[in-house]
Amino acid sequence: MTVMKYGQAIDYALGEAMARDDCVVTWGEDVRLIHRDLLARFGPERVRDTPISEAAFLYAGIGAAMTGLRPVVEIMLIDFLPVAWAGIANAASKFRDFSGGHWEVPLVVRAGCGGWYTDGGQHEQTFWGQVSAYPNINVVCPSTPADAAGLMLTAVQSDEVVVFLEHQLLSEQWIDYLAGGSRATVSFDHLAPADGAEGDVPLPLEPLPLGQAAVRREGSDVALVSLGVGAHRCLEAANVLTASGIEASVLDLRSVYPLDKNAVLEQVRKTGRVVVVDEDYIRGGLTGEIAALLLEAGVTTRYARVAVEGTIPFAPHLEYAALPNAERIVTAVKGLE
Amino acid sequence: MGLPLGFDAASAYRAMVRMRLVEEALAQAWADGLVPGEYHSGIGEEGINAGVLSHLSGRDSMALDHRNTSPLVGRGTDIKLLMLEVMGSEDGLNRGWAGHMHLMDPGIPAAADGIVGASGPLAVGQAIANAQLHPGRVAVAFHGEAAMNQGMLMESYNMAVAWNLPVLFVCKDNKWSITTYSADVTGGDLVERARSFGLAVEKVGGDRVEDVYRAAGRLIARARNGQGPGFLSASCHRPGGHFEGDPIVRLLRNPRGQAEEWGPPMIRSAREKTGGNRSDRVAAVKVLTKRGARAAWDYTVRARMDPLRRGRRLLDQAAVERIETFERQEVEQAITEARAAVGPRSTFGVARGGSQ
Repeated sequence: MTVMKYGQAIDYALGEAMARDDCVVTWGEDVRLIHRDLLARFGPERVRDTPISEAAFLYAGIGAAMTGLRPVVEIMLIDFLPVAWAGIANAASKFRDFSGGHWEVPLVVRAGCGGWYTDGGQHEQTFWGQVSAYPNINVVCPSTPADAAGLMLTAVQSDEVVVFLEHQLLSEQWIDYLAGGSRATVSFDHLAPADGAEGDVPLPLEPLPLGQAAVRREGSDVALVSLGVGAHRCLEAANVLTASGIEASVLDLRSVYPLDKNAVLEQVRKTGRVVVVDEDYIRGGLTGEIAALLLEAGVTTRYARVAVEGTIPFAPHLEYAALPNAERIVTAVKGLE
Repeated sequence: MGLPLGFDAASAYRAMVRMRLVEEALAQAWADGLVPGEYHSGIGEEGINAGVLSHLSGRDSMALDHRNTSPLVGRGTDIKLLMLEVMGSEDGLNRGWAGHMHLMDPGIPAAADGIVGASGPLAVGQAIANAQLHPGRVAVAFHGEAAMNQGMLMESYNMAVAWNLPVLFVCKDNKWSITTYSADVTGGDLVERARSFGLAVEKVGGDRVEDVYRAAGRLIARARNGQGPGFLSASCHRPGGHFEGDPIVRLLRNPRGQAEEWGPPMIRSAREKTGGNRSDRVAAVKVLTKRGARAAWDYTVRARMDPLRRGRRLLDQAAVERIETFERQEVEQAITEARAAVGPRSTFGVARGGSQ
């Protein structure tokens, strides 16, 4: 067991994967500086800076993955993935099927996502619902250093495409770059869940299976379902609800796809009430997906969702109100009474 | 060579001073914790902005990138509203919805986009609309040299030429692609690249506002007269780095402190038993050393290429002082009022992350 920061844990896992397999390489904008520890250990051939050419260097990752490498392509922020959307929508998601199942695409797309630290509507999105809509695309967003490390090791070793999202609020690297965390004049400690930003990582590192949710809190009255920072916000809301005599269970999905359907069904059947908390857009995403899952399974439940309903505003208090904060979660839960 | 015809050194200097003062005020506000998120300052680009903007009038449109404060200041956007927006106030230019990366001023019209290269296609669209609805108006795209590796910008060059659009692409070449040295990730010569698309091309030192004025004037006149799009390559320097708090700038300003932070984990990592062979690890050190040396050169020697310092030489001392005093007064008033409106801050969001 070693205490690691969230971003450090991800790079630790990637380093382990690179040490175990020479075919693992990484490229992306500024990665030699951002992941300078990996550069120092593996050299510039395997840690490669790219030009600002997201469409091409993501697609190139697909080509490399089909020709023997295991690339971890870093799209700095998931907000920049739309520039390269064709690679996901038309190629990475399809080529294994086009080959009749004979040709794997062992690609990891790594990107920062998420907000709360105030960087505006073009640098704080998550897009995990939309990315997970395509065939053969696994999507994860860990909420702790231990999960981050385990999921990164799995992602690199997987023969499938995995979009690995690191939440920017939890990542020391992205708080420094995007939030100006190096300033002594500001602090993000109160915004970033402490046990998400730093925590124990079990060593030797074991891969964490995709699609396995974690119950973060047991409760009999309502199930709160989320992932990433959302899981932490659910825990905060659960603590508030206790004062009103409501005991909430909190399920951290960890993966948007594969979705741990059994874990969701179990929690919802137990409580008969569910609130899905999603830092992604409310339309066409996880919240609707879970509603469909419950209907298909014939589960009788009260249902509510707390998600992002429009452009995320820049002004800090407007941003806060637009994101799925604990107050919104509490209100949604009480609306189910 | 004398000053170009029509060039007004005093108004060019006034514009540059105003841009610089606003940028400095916002960089300071960022350092003081009053500006949330990132801030990409346009310090060092004033010569380019002022030289190009001198030729724009009425409702010529602009598509801007992440360094958009200065062009907006140069076109007359209310600086207090702009400051409030950058500080995340609902009373700001865009009611607190934009922040510094996405400032919008429909009155100009000018739109900024934080996606690298996006100013290209935006300006092409503006030019199509201008050509159809307001013949004689031009569109200007501001972008960096690193954006020229972005597909959509290159596609925009092609469309502009293929459709003979009234658009000018202004490439502000500061040599850095975020914190990567652009030449390391760029093939060929960028001016030749632009020329090969069929764009009319000019290349100038962006720290000489009169040269920018002359070259931009030729390209904008052509575009306005329906003679086709242009490309202006102008060198510049970014003393503040990619954004405020840039890790490379931190390294240069405080080598020991940054080395203490970065050094131990890197050394541990470089000494891991598993990993690349010796030559890989030596190559890694070379890569980082080279980047550091280039940055050090840029932030010391090239920093002397300050457009304001050169612009000052075109005027007599009394005029310089008059302009600086006047502009300083206006900018100081605006920033003082904006800071007072936002109030003291020690963090962003609300005073909690969600718990009551």
